Amino acid sequence: MAPGSSTINRKRVVALKKYLLKGNEAIAEAAIKAGCRLFFGYPITPSTEIIEYMAKHLPAVDGSFVQAESEVSAINMCYGAAGAGVRVMTASSSPGMSLMQEGLSYIAANELPVVLVNIVRAGPGLGGLGPSQADYFQATKGGGHGDYRLIVLAPNSVQELVDLTRDAFDLADMHRNPVLLIADGILGQMMEPVVFKELEAPSLPDKTWATTGAEGRPRNIITSYALQNEIGEANCLRWEAKYKNIAATEQRWEQYMIDDADYVVVAYGTTARIAKAAVQQARQEGIKVGLLRPVTLWPFPVKAFAALGGKVKGYLTVELSAGQMIEDVRLAINCAVPVHLCNRQGGMVPSPEEVLARFKEVFPNSVEGGV
Amino acid sequence: MTEKIVISGFGGQGVMFMGKILAYAGMLADKEVSWIPSYGPEMRGGTANCSVTVSNQEINCPVVTKPSIVVAMNTPSQEKFLSTLIPGGLLVVNSSIVKEEANRTDVKVLRIPAQELAADKVGKASLANVVILGAMLAKMDLLSIQDVVLAIKEVVAAKRPEMLAINQQALEVGMSYVKENNL
Amino acid sequence: MKEVFTRSKALTEAPFHYCPGCTHGIIHRLVAEKIEEMDLLGKAIGVTPVGCAGFCQQYFNIDMQGAAHGRAPAVATGIKRALPDKFVFTYQGDGDLASIGIAEIMHAAARGENITAIFVNNAIYGMTGGQMAPTTLPGQKTSTSPFGREASLAGFPLDMPRIMAQIEGAAYVASVSVDSPKNVIQAKRAIGQAFECQLAGRGFSFVSILSTCPTNWGLSPVKSLEWLREKMMQQFALGILKDVSAK
Repeated sequence: MAPGSSTINRKRVVALKKYLLKGNEAIAEAAIKAGCRLFFGYPITPSTEIIEYMAKHLPAVDGSFVQAESEVSAINMCYGAAGAGVRVMTASSSPGMSLMQEGLSYIAANELPVVLVNIVRAGPGLGGLGPSQADYFQATKGGGHGDYRLIVLAPNSVQELVDLTRDAFDLADMHRNPVLLIADGILGQMMEPVVFKELEAPSLPDKTWATTGAEGRPRNIITSYALQNEIGEANCLRWEAKYKNIAATEQRWEQYMIDDADYVVVAYGTTARIAKAAVQQARQEGIKVGLLRPVTLWPFPVKAFAALGGKVKGYLTVELSAGQMIEDVRLAINCAVPVHLCNRQGGMVPSPEEVLARFKEVFPNSVEGGV
Repeated sequence: MTEKIVISGFGGQGVMFMGKILAYAGMLADKEVSWIPSYGPEMRGGTANCSVTVSNQEINCPVVTKPSIVVAMNTPSQEKFLSTLIPGGLLVVNSSIVKEEANRTDVKVLRIPAQELAADKVGKASLANVVILGAMLAKMDLLSIQDVVLAIKEVVAAKRPEMLAINQQALEVGMSYVKENNL
Repeated sequence: MKEVFTRSKALTEAPFHYCPGCTHGIIHRLVAEKIEEMDLLGKAIGVTPVGCAGFCQQYFNIDMQGAAHGRAPAVATGIKRALPDKFVFTYQGDGDLASIGIAEIMHAAARGENITAIFVNNAIYGMTGGQMAPTTLPGQKTSTSPFGREASLAGFPLDMPRIMAQIEGAAYVASVSVDSPKNVIQAKRAIGQAFECQLAGRGFSFVSILSTCPTNWGLSPVKSLEWLREKMMQQFALGILKDVSAK
């Protein structure tokens, strides 16, 4: 991982055998390896391989799997299990994530470490099964009620699905906050070689707050009910301070050919790979363009944009949506230079050539001898 | 060197399996690989396809829009993907089913009567997909038949060792057909 | 002097906030006494609902989690799967359990989830000020059935214990009341049997308890008890409806 920072710092010890795995299977295996012993979910394409993998493999590690009656129920099972102090995960795709938003608000309010996976498909409504990034707002701005934040991780390869799933559990425990791994349907469905790195476990706080039966200690209560406004405000201030700390310490991104770049393409997930191919083609044509790939969508890597200073003449975001991340890019640079959008929607994906064509269209001056 | 391969056919013709074997073979040969299926309702009947990229370099864009190789196991697949093939690319056609000639002259076309070859020379018609793989390997520099045999050994023969020899035979039948007919 | 009554160790010292004549207090005490008597103080984890009993984590002197409206059986499932050796129960009202949370309660039972649900039925939404519940009786006036519950518009009450008894995964189902000393004793016995059912690992246990809401019914505490006996018991008959250990 290139620039950015994280409170999870790891030393790589040894690389193991390569496996050819589907993204969804890789997430599930990485979760089990991270100590996840409980999974509650409801089948939905294109995330279903995760729930199937968990159903098959959790019993062998003395874990427990429940196919819930709905996503509403699944997320609340996660709430109970996380409150009991055990590593727990659920996974779904867009319509199912919508159903989980209520429970997610409660999980955030009670500061419970739950790991969620959204293998995003095209919406709104029932939509299609094709890849999409249209759940960006829901993921980063809070889809449920109230003022809360999820830590949102956006991998762009099957290997990174593995690495970030592991990190998701540690980040959740570290900050006592739900963590969402978000990936478009292609990443969930594609196979790539992966290795499961043997990594040192970071030092994490004890879960002294968990409801495990009040044997030999004062009782623990997990509730977000605060009818006294003074208590409500004190809670909000505590959460706000936590979110500020996460925003300061957990921004991650990757950058490519950015040092001398006049223009920067911004993309995450699968579109970041497509954009990278477009940047390479542009470079061959002598265009000074680089790529900035947010790895954390929340906290958004504003530090990466600050570091670029005033030398960038324009940005192009590449998104599988009507343009959602573009708003965070504009905020990150205070609208100082033009930010344009290259997008496809409804399950369609742009080609590198399309991205490059759009780039030249919006930045004609970028081309040598351009007007 | 990068090969971008689209394999397409009816559900049940083993196109996903062919893609997986190729990707696995690439991984064992220390190449960069990726495999993307068509997923969702297309899986249940109708035409299914998958894209495989095998490369000596990092694979930036795993989505294949302009393949260098198209394997068409049925007529709709040839119709759908022939136009996406890059000039100089390779079209491998299951001519047991696809009777229409390819209407491009700027690509290399291998027409393989895979089902007849699988039935007559391998004794197992269901291995038509492996015969096609063998034919494709005859024209593909990035992977050898040995790489694919290793992959079949790990993916298939780990649980069904009796399948290894017959799969290897099917690969060789496909490859020999290309060579013997100077395709 | 001989001490004949004392606060259960499973209750805190916080005074109940419930309205005069409301029977939540009695039911809390019965649950707490059984927790103490069955030596579950350090082992019990309770899940609270949304509704009048949404504050009961203040009163039960054990580990508690507060669930979203209707979701307590799902939360309890998560806790029990995480900690199968602990004792896990939900405490839910009729709006919570029989309306917004009916999927969660029925599927917890269908799975035979080894938890206990305490269902407090007072035929009305208390917390929000007296609206129609899924258990509101035909003709009963509430703020959202101001002319009386009319079947052609608002359907019929759900008899939850009878529904639950149909589910194969439910091992113990009782319908009790706390309107009289005799029924209070019977209710406590049923709670104890439900708890035993869980401790023996027999599966899902369910105790429905008819309760009063003098404030929203617009009746005195005494009249409320009479109304419960005359009206509610006709609709929701009492009895042990299912006990797999008795077979």
